[in-house]
Amino acid sequence: MKVARTGNEAFAEAMRQINPDVVAAYPITPATEIVQIFSQFVADGLVKTEFVAVESEHSAMSACIGASASGVRAMTGTSSQGLALMWEMLYIAAGLRLPIIMSVVNRTLSSPINIHCDHSDTIGARDSGWIQLFSENVQEAYDNLIQAVRIAEHPDVKLPVMATTDGFILSHCLETMDMLLDEDVQAFVGEPPERPNLIKSVKDGKPITLGALDLQDYYFEHKRQSAEGMFNAKKVIPEIGKEFGQKFGRTYTFFEEYRMDDAEAVVIVMGSTTGTAKDVVDVMREEGKKIGILKLRVYRPFPAEELARVLKGKKAIGVMDRAEGMSATTGPVYPDICAALYDIPEGRPLLLDYIYGLGGRDVTKEDIRYICEEILKTADTGKKDYTLKYVGVRE
Amino acid sequence: MKEKKAGWKELPEGDVLEGASSLKFRTGNWRNRRPVHISERCINCFICWVSCPDGAVKVDSETGKFGHFDYDFCKGCGICAYECPKKAIEMVDDEG
Repeated sequence: MKVARTGNEAFAEAMRQINPDVVAAYPITPATEIVQIFSQFVADGLVKTEFVAVESEHSAMSACIGASASGVRAMTGTSSQGLALMWEMLYIAAGLRLPIIMSVVNRTLSSPINIHCDHSDTIGARDSGWIQLFSENVQEAYDNLIQAVRIAEHPDVKLPVMATTDGFILSHCLETMDMLLDEDVQAFVGEPPERPNLIKSVKDGKPITLGALDLQDYYFEHKRQSAEGMFNAKKVIPEIGKEFGQKFGRTYTFFEEYRMDDAEAVVIVMGSTTGTAKDVVDVMREEGKKIGILKLRVYRPFPAEELARVLKGKKAIGVMDRAEGMSATTGPVYPDICAALYDIPEGRPLLLDYIYGLGGRDVTKEDIRYICEEILKTADTGKKDYTLKYVGVRE
Repeated sequence: MKEKKAGWKELPEGDVLEGASSLKFRTGNWRNRRPVHISERCINCFICWVSCPDGAVKVDSETGKFGHFDYDFCKGCGICAYECPKKAIEMVDDEG
């Protein structure tokens, strides 16, 4: 059914259709509306969810951990400082193998205080053990959140998942999208599968301890198990994306290749900027320029081998990084791509990095065209003059 | 005998422990001094029982009097000896 929804409305509708057992949340711009709208669904009796209005994001994630540990389906939503306040609990959710599902609206981190989009909040949480899905538009945000349930709860994965939108650009902009039927979403997500290590003992009425002290003797083994969940997610994510496509017509995997077939130059981008970049590349293709786009949808787990397969043979690649990693080298996505390409035996593509759009700085077609021209120039000359440029900042 | 510890493939996932697993963790081997009970001085006030942070002072369920120290869990902290009003507990070097 074609409807018009903002990113926040689409997330809230997906939550209503998923109908989780527990939602615990605390408001923060620009994610507030997600749980505000959802709390109205609760008040109207449209869902069975127990809604817990907590006093902070730290408590929101803690409540979700408690709920998920009892075997039920728990969800929340946040952004920026809220995600930062959840920090220690993010690691605990992943370490305890709890399939919590969270919608995150990407917003930069203070200081200086700023409520607008970049990816520094989500990317900052990249090592926490959460699976991270980025969305190009409202449709993808909605689809990603529904798939997130299945990915998180898959018996081989059992890790929490965050599905993200770009703050204001997607969260507050109205777009047309295809909304699925409630019963189709319910059938797709199903009942949460049993988690034998957890639920059996609860059902048997036997007490258990979670998150006990785990020192030199066992911590490493538990961490290795979590890592295995992330390795397995690389198998599960495309399977579920394919199943979603068979049922609903939109297939998903780690990334989307756009006009990549004969491209010599490639721009790699995440989130809402992809839409603008597609427009720019369409125009440049008409001018005969061999440039394509690789839109990265899954940032964790990182699809290194899969990227190497499709980027092999390209002459030059530019990464658009919407975060300043403060490493005094490049943005944070660049090193991941660099590592993915390193083992290509010969003819490794030249790699450039562009940090852009921090704190919601508008990214224009001209900015993207500039980046594309730079990548094409590097492809032509076979030589790169720099590794990093900041695009859109005043000198 | 060397304890066989589970590898990551067989270890229960997510740091989930069955209840009362602390009973299997014998903290008594942390001890380097042990409390010894001197029954002729003891008035069975049970201040040692109240004070013990590890529940290692055991009451004789038949006589209702001081029973024994549970050396599997006594860490040898000496609080019982310090608190005893009749100096009926002495700390001595642990030999084993």
